Amino acid sequence: MAKLFAVTLLIIAIVSAIPIIRNTWHPMEDISAHGQAIDDQLSETMWEAGISFLASQIILAWFIWKFSGDRPGEKTQKKFPGGAKGLVIAAIVLVGIEVFALGIFGVKAWGAIYFTQPGPDALPIQVQAGQFAFYFRYPGPDGALGPIHADKISEGNQNFFGLDPANDVDSRDDIVTAEMAIPVNKEIRLLMHAKDVSHSFYVPALRIHQDFVPGLDLQLHFTATKVGRYEIVCSQLCGLGHYNMKAYLSVLSQQDYDDWLKKEAAMQ
Amino acid sequence: MKIKKLCFGLLSAMVAHSLMFAGTISGKVTYTGTPAHQKPIDMSKEPTCAKQHPTPQTTETVVTGSGNSLENVVVYISAGAPDENGASAKAVTFTQQGCHYTPHVLAFQVGQELDVVNADQTSHNIHPLPKVNREWNKSQPPGSPNIKEKYDQPEFISVKCNIHPWMHGWFAVLKTSHYAITGDGGAFTLPNLPPGKYTVTAWHEDYGTKTADITITGNETKSVDFSFVAKPY
Repeated sequence: MAKLFAVTLLIIAIVSAIPIIRNTWHPMEDISAHGQAIDDQLSETMWEAGISFLASQIILAWFIWKFSGDRPGEKTQKKFPGGAKGLVIAAIVLVGIEVFALGIFGVKAWGAIYFTQPGPDALPIQVQAGQFAFYFRYPGPDGALGPIHADKISEGNQNFFGLDPANDVDSRDDIVTAEMAIPVNKEIRLLMHAKDVSHSFYVPALRIHQDFVPGLDLQLHFTATKVGRYEIVCSQLCGLGHYNMKAYLSVLSQQDYDDWLKKEAAMQ
Repeated sequence: MKIKKLCFGLLSAMVAHSLMFAGTISGKVTYTGTPAHQKPIDMSKEPTCAKQHPTPQTTETVVTGSGNSLENVVVYISAGAPDENGASAKAVTFTQQGCHYTPHVLAFQVGQELDVVNADQTSHNIHPLPKVNREWNKSQPPGSPNIKEKYDQPEFISVKCNIHPWMHGWFAVLKTSHYAITGDGGAFTLPNLPPGKYTVTAWHEDYGTKTADITITGNETKSVDFSFVAKPY
């Protein structure tokens, strides 16, 4: 019985590893400057965890087979060598090494996104997440984003940010859009503002995934390297319309982006 | 025979009586100045609605018509007529189509049945925002039955959709059956008014309200025009 279990265990371990090794489901094409480091990190994690998984399952199956006690006279092993203390120390050492290694190798990819500053030429774009749509704001020719007044928000009037152009000069040329367009190969500084509850900005192709936290205005920077149209989806449950909450990101050539911005400015 | 004569007599008296109350207040609503331009609505987050509007729909906060007329103004008798309840009146319909509320301003009476229809292939969640009446919001997946509701108090209620932030409309819940909503040209007519002193109110969602006092003595038509000052933003 135990031997049968050992064989079943081995089969399950190998069958579950096959689609991963064959890379049957691979992540979306990476279109960002920092994406390669993240994909490499994911790969390394998969390899390292995968090998540990297979090794531990094979060793477990071997031990079960060897000490199954199915036939009379066969040895059985009822305790971990070294007892409970040995088990705990082995677990701490092995798992600790694995987690520590992942952390050290991973921090470089993560730090490159979060612990570096955007360049001085980065294009600032503000994104506001509110139940249940994303809206974007471009600073316009004056390069400044006007202040937000929550009490002036009037969605029926398309004033999603609560701008007060009558009294705030900086707001007068701000361009508010429902779609995000960016020029390719240009660094973007994304200013993230939550209007109500927590949401998340997730563009798989850009390898960007960041929560909006109400009360914190967060910043991210990235550069898109390929022209195309991508989905921005909310990936933090935010209410009954969360399933419907998305926007589109268009990565355009510089000329197309300039034309798009001019068209949007005319519609303000 | 006698009863027949009696009934006929009563009927004639009633008809004559109602024909007697044929006072009318009519007029036009216009604006002065330059209204803020209405902005196009980007529905890209809801593709099934976006493709119904190849030319984007615009906001309807201020809708103007020919001759500087102002549309979507609710003109009604605010004083001088007895309070009425619309429980026996036909239901009014508010439709969600192409992620847009039709009509933009819906006027109906206290106690009158409101039917909310979802004619879209996507879910809506209508959320009227009253301050006096009971507040509710209801989800309506495509194909679900009409929402039937009514209001107990007169109020102008802002209406939004919880799922689609650009959708916006108004319920004008009134305690009178004497009301009209202006269309292109800004004209309104309030017929069938018995003699009396009336206050007529014109309400616009952005420009506020204006009132006028009118006295009806018989079957005449009295004219009153309203003019609102446009706001630049």
